[in-house]
Amino acid sequence: MNIKALSVILALGVLSPMLANAVEPSEVLSDPALEARAREVGKGLRCVVCQNQSIDDSNADLAGDMRRLVRDRILKGDTNEQVMAYMVDRYGDFVLLDPPFKASTYVLWLGPGLIAGLGVLSVVVFYRRRSQDVDGEVSALENKNSPKTSPLNNEERQRLEKLMKEDDA
Amino acid sequence: MKKLTYFIPLAVLLVVGGFSILQLKQVSEGKSIRDLPSVLINREVPDFDLLALQGHDKGWGSQDLLGQVTIVNLFGSWCIACLSEHPFLMQLKSQNLVPIYGIDWREKSLDAGPRWLAKYGNPYTKIGTDPDSKVAISFGVTGAPESFLVDKRGVIRYKQIGAITPTVWKKTLWPLILELRKQ
Repeated sequence: MNIKALSVILALGVLSPMLANAVEPSEVLSDPALEARAREVGKGLRCVVCQNQSIDDSNADLAGDMRRLVRDRILKGDTNEQVMAYMVDRYGDFVLLDPPFKASTYVLWLGPGLIAGLGVLSVVVFYRRRSQDVDGEVSALENKNSPKTSPLNNEERQRLEKLMKEDDA
Repeated sequence: MKKLTYFIPLAVLLVVGGFSILQLKQVSEGKSIRDLPSVLINREVPDFDLLALQGHDKGWGSQDLLGQVTIVNLFGSWCIACLSEHPFLMQLKSQNLVPIYGIDWREKSLDAGPRWLAKYGNPYTKIGTDPDSKVAISFGVTGAPESFLVDKRGVIRYKQIGAITPTVWKKTLWPLILELRKQ
């Protein structure tokens, strides 16, 4: 096998996943500009059967029918936005793979950032508080007048001496 | 203050666990996590005319629903859940409780639907066919069977995703039908 053939095979192997979609030859519109628009719309619409694929990627029957409907409406003169609006009107925002930014989706869009922010904040607070605690303990030891290191009273001193003697024995 | 922070993991566990239990409870009540809220509730049925099923004179359309409370039931001979739902629809028909309008959806061949109905019985007041999903998509359908409860003015009042079971009928559909008939 020569290098040329090998490179062609490699190139095909790398490129083919990019070309892969479920649009069938019979569905393709004869006008390439309209077909390109249909592809663009199709990539943004969720296959409602499989839920994590666009209708362009899905082999489900219903996805195929939705692709044909998209093409029908484009041929009838709908703009891309009108086609999208037609689908949203029936399936809700759910049918859009890219959910719109509006009141009901604020949590969806802002939630992750908010949670990450809370995480960073709590880490910062944790370390700051800990370093303050360590500083505090050191300074307490250094400060002989602090209540923690008050001198022993008589009674305590006698107990201590007694204990030390026991140890020696 | 410090002691309280020890309870944070427990609190997180309770919240996450709580949501999980709620979800499980919904599944055990027959609701699936696949269920999506329909945007069509309380809106008029889409404007449509169904083609006639092979062997029938004509199909039916949105105008046929006006003036009565109806169930619109979408099924296919290829759909297993529809077959499991079918005996109960036949029972509803024999009791003459509510007219059921059928949409035979996406059949692979022209005679598949009629043969299925001949074999298992026809519970439908009127029936039409939707070979290219135009009507199904206009109803926001994601799978079969799906049923829509439509009031006298042709407004969709309830959507049942999946089979109409005796439980769904008793708990939800029948009380709602009685109420809508009064309006």
